[in-house]
Amino acid sequence: MLKIQDLSWTLDTGEEILKNVSLEIPEGKLTVITGPNGGGKTSLAKLIAGLEKPVGGRILLDGEDITEWDITKRSQHGIGYAFQQPVRFKGINVRDLLELSAQRSLDDREICGILGKVGLCANEYIDRVIDSSLSGGEAKRIEIASVLAKKDAKVLVFDEPEAGIDLWSFSSLIDAFEKLKAGEDKSLLIISHQERILEISDYIAVIADGSVTKAGSREEILGGLLGEEKAERCPLGKDKEDN
Amino acid sequence: MIDKTTAELLGIVSDWSGKFNGAYNIRSNGECAGRQSSENIKLENKEDGPGLVINIKPGTKGETVYIPACVTKGGINDLVYNDFYVGEGADVTIVAGCGVHTADGHDVRHHGIHRFILAKGARVLYKEKHIGTGAGGGAKRIDPVTEIEQGEDSYLEMDTIQIGGVDSTFRKTSGRLGKGAKLVIKERIMTDGTQTAQTDFAVELNGEDSGADIVSRSVAKGDSYQEYHSKISGNSRCKGHSECDAILADNGRVNAAPELFAGCLDAELIHEAAIGKIAGEQIIKLQTLGLSEEEAEKKIIEGFLRG
Repeated sequence: MLKIQDLSWTLDTGEEILKNVSLEIPEGKLTVITGPNGGGKTSLAKLIAGLEKPVGGRILLDGEDITEWDITKRSQHGIGYAFQQPVRFKGINVRDLLELSAQRSLDDREICGILGKVGLCANEYIDRVIDSSLSGGEAKRIEIASVLAKKDAKVLVFDEPEAGIDLWSFSSLIDAFEKLKAGEDKSLLIISHQERILEISDYIAVIADGSVTKAGSREEILGGLLGEEKAERCPLGKDKEDN
Repeated sequence: MIDKTTAELLGIVSDWSGKFNGAYNIRSNGECAGRQSSENIKLENKEDGPGLVINIKPGTKGETVYIPACVTKGGINDLVYNDFYVGEGADVTIVAGCGVHTADGHDVRHHGIHRFILAKGARVLYKEKHIGTGAGGGAKRIDPVTEIEQGEDSYLEMDTIQIGGVDSTFRKTSGRLGKGAKLVIKERIMTDGTQTAQTDFAVELNGEDSGADIVSRSVAKGDSYQEYHSKISGNSRCKGHSECDAILADNGRVNAAPELFAGCLDAELIHEAAIGKIAGEQIIKLQTLGLSEEEAEKKIIEGFLRG
């Protein structure tokens, strides 16, 4: 169980990005954080993974205060994080990255199983270097696969996993998320605007303007969210501009 | 007689495990420590200076010839000339690593001049690993010179790596390519401390449809300094590409000076260069997989130099 208590984060410029955010991310469940762009969702994900340090509040993992832990220690205690923008390397290939995440050697069959979850064929990708030769979608799927391979994962955080992924691979990814939440004791936290991801969630939290504006079970939140979205569309069908 | 230090260096630079299969010559402290020719690959002493003449028969396929050199005693300045004549249609691997070691406070140097003359359609994979070992303050130098003459439709791939421990190196490579010939060079250099490395490539694409691809990757750590110079001259319809990528760490410095010369309207020449420290996001990504910052840097550098 991951608990976020009164978490606040401010940019060096003084701009408040998160204001006293409190949330519980239950074990074995899929929680989706959604909300308008610029509302603070990605910032919250980075704070959980340790990429940023809060100016106030606490993060608790299984009751232990991990607020001061660095990225490495959080990872070693089971927190995985898939970047919204995949990182590219010159010389590190797909096998390297998955094995680093799993912290052991993986045979081809295991790698095939992991890559299959994100719609990639291991034969084509196992030795591919994660550099600019990969398309954005390929790099994104490998980024997600690197988190799915994580050893002793407790909380897996995915920042907009749907971005840059084609429909077929997205279906594979939805299956993978459903299997993860059904069969294991991992907590899944997904930052997303995608309706299909919201539909498979157990819990939904809406973050807007740095605060949690709604939180509850999918049944409690989703209907209202979709209704609001329709109401916010202009008569010509053009989406309301993000603030 | 091969002593323990030489054996260790041979293992690192040429995968020696007590013996070689096929043709070989082991040079140790300026002398021949073992030699064997094969039916298709003949190794003989040069008549006009120290070194070898290696004749590879036309049509030789799949054979490997090993010519590693080690210097393990301070005070030795080893100069050697090795000439390779690769016959028409041959397809071989040449392994020519070098290790220098000094622990007695005296300098050591290996200065190897390798000439490759490839006949029509010949293919060569040339592998070269360099390393310096030993404490005591003596300077460890390796200064390789590689001169390449490629005949029609020949192919040479040079895979060269300086693993570490070499205090100074000046690596000079030149090539002249005939019609349809292809030259691929992959160079990787790691320097640390106060080490210096200078690389100098000069490739002339003289034959129609010849091509060269030169990729240099280097890591400069500590207070080390590296210089990269390359010149590709396109003197006919040809394609040339050179790429210099360097990672800086600590106070490492790199000077890259690429040069392209097009002497023909149909010459297509490209150069790419990038110098900088390891991207912070790369380190962070590996930290999110459980590596410490130091482990992440090491892994990124390993991958960079391997790739």
